[in-house]
Amino acid sequence: MRLTDQIHFNWQLFHGHRVRTVLMLVAVAIGVASVIMLTSLGEGARRYIDREFSSLGNRLLIVFPGRKETTGGGPPVYGTAPRDLTLEDALALGRVRDIRQIAPIIAGTALVARDSRDREVITIGTTRGFFEVRQLTVGAGAILPARADFEAMAICVLGAKLKNELFGNRSAVGEWVRIGDRRMRVIGVLGERGESLGLDMRDLVIIPVRTAEQLFNTQGLFRLMLELREGASETETQDHLRAVIRDRHEGEDDITIVSQDSIIAAFNNILTTLTLAIGAIAAISLLVAGILIMNISLISVTQRRQEIGLLKALGASGRQVRTLFLGESLLLVSLGSLLGIAFALLVVSLLATIWPDFPLAPPLWAIPAAVITALLSGLFFSWLPAKRAAALDPVLAMRGVVG
Amino acid sequence: MIELQGVTKTYTMGGQPVRALCQVDLSVAPGEYISVMGPSGSGKSTLLNMLGLLDRPDSGSYRLNGLATETLKEEERARLRGENIGFIFQSFQLINRLTALENIELPMMLAGVNPRERRQTATAVLAQVGLAERAGHRPGQLSGGQLQRVAIARALVMKPRLLLADEPTGNLDQAAGQDVIGVIEQLNREGITLLVVTHDINIGRRAGRRLRMVDGVIVEDIAGDGVAGATGERSASPVADLSSSAQSDAGPNANSGKATGGESGAPH
Ligand SMILES: Nc1ncnc2c1ncn2[C@@H]1O[C@H](COP(=O)(O)OP(=O)(O)OP(=O)(O)O)[C@@H](O)[C@H]1O
Ligand SMILES: [Mg+2]
Repeated sequence: MRLTDQIHFNWQLFHGHRVRTVLMLVAVAIGVASVIMLTSLGEGARRYIDREFSSLGNRLLIVFPGRKETTGGGPPVYGTAPRDLTLEDALALGRVRDIRQIAPIIAGTALVARDSRDREVITIGTTRGFFEVRQLTVGAGAILPARADFEAMAICVLGAKLKNELFGNRSAVGEWVRIGDRRMRVIGVLGERGESLGLDMRDLVIIPVRTAEQLFNTQGLFRLMLELREGASETETQDHLRAVIRDRHEGEDDITIVSQDSIIAAFNNILTTLTLAIGAIAAISLLVAGILIMNISLISVTQRRQEIGLLKALGASGRQVRTLFLGESLLLVSLGSLLGIAFALLVVSLLATIWPDFPLAPPLWAIPAAVITALLSGLFFSWLPAKRAAALDPVLAMRGVVG
Repeated sequence: MIELQGVTKTYTMGGQPVRALCQVDLSVAPGEYISVMGPSGSGKSTLLNMLGLLDRPDSGSYRLNGLATETLKEEERARLRGENIGFIFQSFQLINRLTALENIELPMMLAGVNPRERRQTATAVLAQVGLAERAGHRPGQLSGGQLQRVAIARALVMKPRLLLADEPTGNLDQAAGQDVIGVIEQLNREGITLLVVTHDINIGRRAGRRLRMVDGVIVEDIAGDGVAGATGERSASPVADLSSSAQSDAGPNANSGKATGGESGAPH
């Protein structure tokens, strides 16, 4: 029997059993659509994070003090206290060939007050480089001057929201505020910008790193951000950085370096796994559709006993009958899948127009995976009915029924 | 063409064995016209199914065109059935969702014949049974006689050499029955080998050779007067039929189908 004939034959069958057919089509379509739509959510989250990181536009390395052992045995036996990563270390690292810019960071929270108003906010002690690395701009005033890289100066840059809390609509540049127990002059206010990498840039205060050392009474940096030059090799640079630290820390490179790429990769990993898991859960609905197909097919085999017997009398072998029944469910699943894909893509593009900020889109693998799962489920669950049809005894099947 | 030897088929019904066929021997030459008669449950349909390769004997051998069919695999039997044997059933067995033409095309479709050739042949065969203008009609729109003619066309479309009809007129009135018998007799005249199971003596009598079955045994095998049908009105009673068989028992055409049949019919 030719494939086109099989399809035509089954098509006529669908036409004759419209309700039954629509029911099964809808079941398959729902399964396929839910896989595609749910994985689109996961993929959207992944793309969102990807976009956030790449919007930084540059390649960053982040250096933490102390070493995080990711492999190996138990806790170290002695010397657990890590050496501080100091501003001097940072400046030395900044001289490594492929480092374009450094942003040392000492972070803490401090009470920022003006007159009777005050607010406890995240306080970041850093250098001019921070503004460049994080692509921050001021809405008013100026960023930290180059002098603040080395000197404790009583100046600060306020986040936009913090400024509004303290000053309302009045200009803040040139005014004085109290941070902790120190008076500092406001030299700039950050432009309106939302959250970036989990830090609310509108509700913080930035002060020179030396000032922060005094304010928080620490020599150790919280972390150090390094921006790589265009085309620099990341691994090579990491080696250089470690060499510099070994030099300065008596042979120990007790720092942890995390690259922007590895962070993105880690997020990608997590979110891809999550998306796969969501997809697998959604695929359960395809199993349900498969079971529905099996039940309906079993009924259909019983109803069509006579026809099956006839086909055999007309020269169809058991194998042919089985192929015909399997083909019926594969055709059904294919049509249902097409419906499901169309529906899912429609919904996804609709949502994408409603929330243009969220990059909702099905992952590449979702559509083929959903369709293949649907086909396999259809094949698996129609195997039993098809086998039954193939095994029907033609004489019995045609016996005593009025045509 | 057909060579049955010691074919036996036993069914179990409700735990009790039922002999549908018992040590049946039968040989049929190409082009013969044979009627099979006998009481209900005597094994006529079983015999026909056996000849049509729809059923397998429990024991005995069946050679079709010299081919030993017992050893064939199911696939090969199916192909042989499709290519060499045409079936006509009492209940027509047409598929209701398909048109007359599509029903007729079905055996060719199963055999993988290409659509153009299929359509051509089916159209020609439909014209042959006189229903050319009904090609697009579905079974629901045709009369009983027309349905059986469509079924005949379907049986013919693969150009089989053996036509098996199981009570082809059973669901038809007198006129339609005559009509259908006329069509298949014409086919026989053109060379096809024809076996007709019937309860209608008037039809059975028309055959060139008549078998009578009782309890799974061929108890009579006589040469008739042929298709000419001139004898149609003369004798109507089964008694007359039996008496005529007694006369021709010694005839050259008389195959013995009752060698061991004597005791086996006892349970009925
Ligand atoms: N599949 C089966 N299972 C059990 N018994 C069967 C089966 N097929 C046939 N029989 C039995 O075998 C015997 C012969 O049946 P068959 O159908 O050949 O009779 P028949 O001569 O065609 O009768 P009728 O004239 O009523 O059609 C009957 O007793 C029947 O009950
Ligand atoms: Mg019968």
